[in-house]
Amino acid sequence: MVSNVDVRAGLERLAERLGGPGARVTECQRLSGGASMETYAYAIEGPNGAERLIVRRRNVPFDPETARSISLQTEAALIQATAANGARVPIVRHVCDDQDGLGEAYVMVRVDGETLGRKITSDPKFDAIRPALARQCGEALWGIHKTPPPPGLNLKVVDGAIELDRYEEVYRATGAERPILELAFQYLRKHIPEPVEPVLLHGDFRNGNIMFDPQTGVAAILDWELAHIGDPAEDMGWICTNSWRFGRPDRPVGGFGDYADLLEGYAAAGGRAIDLPRVRFWQMLGSLRWGVMCLTMYLSWRDGVVKSVERPMIGRRVSETEADLVVLLEEGL
Amino acid sequence: MITHPRTEELAESVRLWIEEIRPTLDPRNAFLARVAANAMATICRELTQGPAAEANAVAGMREVLGHDGDFAALNSELCERIRSGELTVETPGLLRVLAAMARDQIAIDQPNYRPEGTPPPPG
Repeated sequence: MVSNVDVRAGLERLAERLGGPGARVTECQRLSGGASMETYAYAIEGPNGAERLIVRRRNVPFDPETARSISLQTEAALIQATAANGARVPIVRHVCDDQDGLGEAYVMVRVDGETLGRKITSDPKFDAIRPALARQCGEALWGIHKTPPPPGLNLKVVDGAIELDRYEEVYRATGAERPILELAFQYLRKHIPEPVEPVLLHGDFRNGNIMFDPQTGVAAILDWELAHIGDPAEDMGWICTNSWRFGRPDRPVGGFGDYADLLEGYAAAGGRAIDLPRVRFWQMLGSLRWGVMCLTMYLSWRDGVVKSVERPMIGRRVSETEADLVVLLEEGL
Repeated sequence: MITHPRTEELAESVRLWIEEIRPTLDPRNAFLARVAANAMATICRELTQGPAAEANAVAGMREVLGHDGDFAALNSELCERIRSGELTVETPGLLRVLAAMARDQIAIDQPNYRPEGTPPPPG
């Protein structure tokens, strides 16, 4: 379902609100990816000067009851809260309201750098900084995890057992029959780590959602729509999930670094010590979670919710998680 | 099936056409066109490699379950017996058979995917 909002016209109206009378949009381009979320890079110019901005907006109605994600207003509030705590996040410039006519949306100051996972893992221009990135990711995570969740946002609280229940329920509802996913559910249930004090999680902390600068490394943590409260090792396990290593399974953290650097960076920044088996549990659950998410992407196409060719093709990515899971099951936790 | 052209050749011809027009498209459609071309390539591989993959899967599942059946029936039963806890990672042969099935399927869906445990690329 694509909304009928004229984004360009909305951004023109908003330009005057942000940049003063007569300010106008000088460039605007939709960035690829994201099937339910639209992201545009744009710029405005007016009496207060020029600004390079990003707008994120949802193009399907948000249903807080069924959504796995948070509202964009909540997303903006979390970015602001973690920024106040020193986290490396974008600057929120404006949270859209009815006056803007853009629907659910917010505007950020554009951050320069690279988000394409494969470039981070393989482009020679990241060769020099790459060995430092896993440690930086650990430090960056602590900036998020140490932030007390702002009151009134009703963030979901999860742990290993709740996540397994949630994804198994979703998996059963798809009607798919995949023996490796079945075995992973059974195995993980027997290896749920002891609960820890829950913290604010980014929820989608992986290579692809982090803006990296080729000179300085982590520039900004993006894509906050899955933020929630839970086990800090969940964010670590997700960036170690092989689907986000972009062709470098030999480098467990995002395809660019080692477990030890991630964990040491986190602890050195002030985070509680986290042991590797806990991270590996969440990594394995990450592969399972991504497999189930791929199934639901296909279903959203089959049921006519999103008629984009990328949805059924993401459905064919379930087998990548099976190929990873079967190896993790052989190795054991 | 007729052979002039074979079905996979039809799919391949569509893939090549998509690749040809892709540079003329706006960024969003260029992205979707790349996805569409990948879909055609997957169809091609499934047509050529699918039958052998399914036969291997059936043979493997027969070995684990101890009786004959078609792919759908064996696959359902395998899922059910794993879910019930009867078959586990300890069950002799189960992980080996599942690993082979996963390898065959990823070869169709994403032959360039490098699963967990793959050594670094040379150089």
